[in-house]
Amino acid sequence: MSTTLSKIEKKTAYTLLLPAVFLVFAIVLFPIFANIWISFKEVELKDIRIPEPRAKKIVKTISENNFELKIIYKLRNSSLIQDISKVKFSDKLPKNVKPVNLDKRCEFKSQKIKCLFGTWKAGYRENFEIFVKDINNNNINKKNLKSYKPDLSGESDNILLTTNFTLKNFKKVFFNNNFFELLMTTFYFTFFGTLGAILLGIFAAQLVNQKFYGRSFMRSILLFPYVGPVVALAYTWTLLLDPNSGTLNSLLVNFNIIDKPINLLGQKYLIINILGFELKLRLALTTVIFFEIWRYFPLAFLFILARLQAIPKDLYEAADVDGAGPFRKFFSITLPQITAILSILFMIRFIWNFNKFEDIFLLTGGASGTLTLPISVYQQGFAISNIGMGSAVSIVIVLLLITFMLIYFKLIGKKANEI
Amino acid sequence: MKFKSLIITLFVSSIFLSTIICIWKIMATLQGLSFTNLNFNLNMLLALGLTIICILIGKKINHIFKILILSLLFTIIYKLLNESSPLWFTTGIFFLFLFFTNKLKKFDLKYLSQDFISEKIIFDFLSLFAIVFFALVILFPFYIMFVTSFKTQTALLINPLDLSIDFSKNIFEIFKSYFVIFKTYDFGRYILTSSYVSIGTVLITLLFAIPAAYAVARLNFFGKTFLSTSILIIYMFPAIVLVIPLYTVFSQLGLRNSIEGLLIVYTATTLPVAIYMLQGYFKSIPKEIEEAGLIDGQNWFGIIIKIIIPLSLPAIASVSLYVFMIAWNEFLFSLMFLDNPKTFTLSRAINHLTGDAETPRQYLMAGSVVVTLPILLIFVYFEKYLVSGLTAGSVKG
Repeated sequence: MSTTLSKIEKKTAYTLLLPAVFLVFAIVLFPIFANIWISFKEVELKDIRIPEPRAKKIVKTISENNFELKIIYKLRNSSLIQDISKVKFSDKLPKNVKPVNLDKRCEFKSQKIKCLFGTWKAGYRENFEIFVKDINNNNINKKNLKSYKPDLSGESDNILLTTNFTLKNFKKVFFNNNFFELLMTTFYFTFFGTLGAILLGIFAAQLVNQKFYGRSFMRSILLFPYVGPVVALAYTWTLLLDPNSGTLNSLLVNFNIIDKPINLLGQKYLIINILGFELKLRLALTTVIFFEIWRYFPLAFLFILARLQAIPKDLYEAADVDGAGPFRKFFSITLPQITAILSILFMIRFIWNFNKFEDIFLLTGGASGTLTLPISVYQQGFAISNIGMGSAVSIVIVLLLITFMLIYFKLIGKKANEI
Repeated sequence: MKFKSLIITLFVSSIFLSTIICIWKIMATLQGLSFTNLNFNLNMLLALGLTIICILIGKKINHIFKILILSLLFTIIYKLLNESSPLWFTTGIFFLFLFFTNKLKKFDLKYLSQDFISEKIIFDFLSLFAIVFFALVILFPFYIMFVTSFKTQTALLINPLDLSIDFSKNIFEIFKSYFVIFKTYDFGRYILTSSYVSIGTVLITLLFAIPAAYAVARLNFFGKTFLSTSILIIYMFPAIVLVIPLYTVFSQLGLRNSIEGLLIVYTATTLPVAIYMLQGYFKSIPKEIEEAGLIDGQNWFGIIIKIIIPLSLPAIASVSLYVFMIAWNEFLFSLMFLDNPKTFTLSRAINHLTGDAETPRQYLMAGSVVVTLPILLIFVYFEKYLVSGLTAGSVKG
């Protein structure tokens, strides 16, 4: 009895899970593995279009009456790079209409013209002509004749499915002079973005955890940057920071804080003189990091606030009795209570910031020293149209991600379940 | 001790007051007033004076009387010392003084001699600073987005600081950008597409996620622990590493430029977190209720429909809103998969607008308002549900 029940249970479980698991496997897991395959190939964007045999049908009158007509098929291979083999062609003729002097490659059977064209080279073109005649010498209805659409099929190598592999892509990725800079930029962006978001999150959570007038309003507002669509916010920031007529630069110039506008998103370095030392600040990168912090501190804030509200009140009451001031309370009670969540948050946010694409893409497009790994995937794959290279960079990202995840699970995986 | 706390109070409070006066001045500048000097030092002295008088008077006279008189007095002094300004600006200054003196209500010499008082005062003012700081930093870009959509390109180029809305024009003139983006740029269609895609994603995700989450939460099967850990791991993989293979496969299958393609991708990428959130909630439902259902002769399907779903409506609402938000805001896949304007979502459409450098910025901002406003309204209205969804899903972002 119990074994049959558990069998039924298993069967149900698999039925319930199957659709979801299938979908996630097909759309998330499969591409990750497909990346490995593509990254070892030399594929460009134009290669992935499957070549098709195409035909355009034109009907022409050749004499005064319409007993006899000429049909021209403009045949072509849609691809300029790849051949198509075993091209098959078929078209229908209306009743009582017959072809005259049919091409050798074709045959006529039950009102259908069928042809075998063999192999079409890349960029192949041909004007294929057929003369047709009505057997009863009636006029042929041109429209009727035209309404039949020719049917073509052929076989071609799908470049993605061939087994030619190369290491070129990886060589290019790793031995490119910029690879180290790319990696460093990604790490700067990720590290400072995460750190800033968490620090700001602590401040915000500490603030909202107090009682003050308009507290729930404040809490809603604090989540706005995250809830708003990234496209709208990024463009608003671009406008705000615009060097020509952006609000921020105009304000700073107006109040004589700076002499001339600074291109915050378009300038790679800002040279600052402090006590005779020249400091080079990555300006555009810093601006992008600030946007990142602005947009994602709400998540840190939510997480930390939830934890703050779970701290037992009597800890603070005891501190009051001991005569501790607010700063002492923060450093001796609050901070130790939230360190666990902070470390988890840091790891998770680190992983997500590492993957961030939209924000940088929309703000700078990866220019002025803000090129990170995810942006590089897009640039290689779609701007330079080298899909193989893009995949190779994706693989680098996946490998680094797996490393981060291993560290995460090793360090705090067990703790994560407790909180 | 008393002396130290007095100094700290004076210092901190006057910095606070002069900062908010500066902010008020900046906001007024953005309404077209031509201030060119923030006068921070002068305001600082003024604030110092105000604080000293406030503390010295203490509770000797009626509080409301005191703050009214002091604010009025200092507003007049401010007006005398600073450049000329319209009445509304001065009124604003008066209310700032009123707010500030009201904040100093408790402060007198006796209060300042308590233990740890200087630390408390710093902490109090830090909180005030933080409120002003966060409100300003967060709302300012939204404010710019909103007001820019009512301006014209030429007006902005002549004076980028004048963001005031000219109410003397007729309604059509004021809302011109919105009429233009709906008429010329076809935003009505994009709103429909975006809504269709987002709602569709929510429905399909729920359809797939509820059974799966139920299986993970309740049933025993081989590979359960493996599955539940892999859900989270899969969730960590970003869209950018999926995009190239999906692009190639979708091109070959003809799924690019189709709403169906977007629906499939959005559903698949939100499924892991939906399952994760739902199974957590399902586990909290007492098993006995389901067992009662089993005895009544319900099968698994009946149990899910009649017991689990009605009991977990709050969780389902959270998941729905979260998934809706992700689908509505999504950009990367819509950028990659859509290049026919007929299938654009709102985000993609706005990105398309920027492709043409000639597009006036007020249209861009009007488009941004159109895409931002619905999601913010939904958020404010359903905040409770969305916040719990965000907290659970905040591993992603």
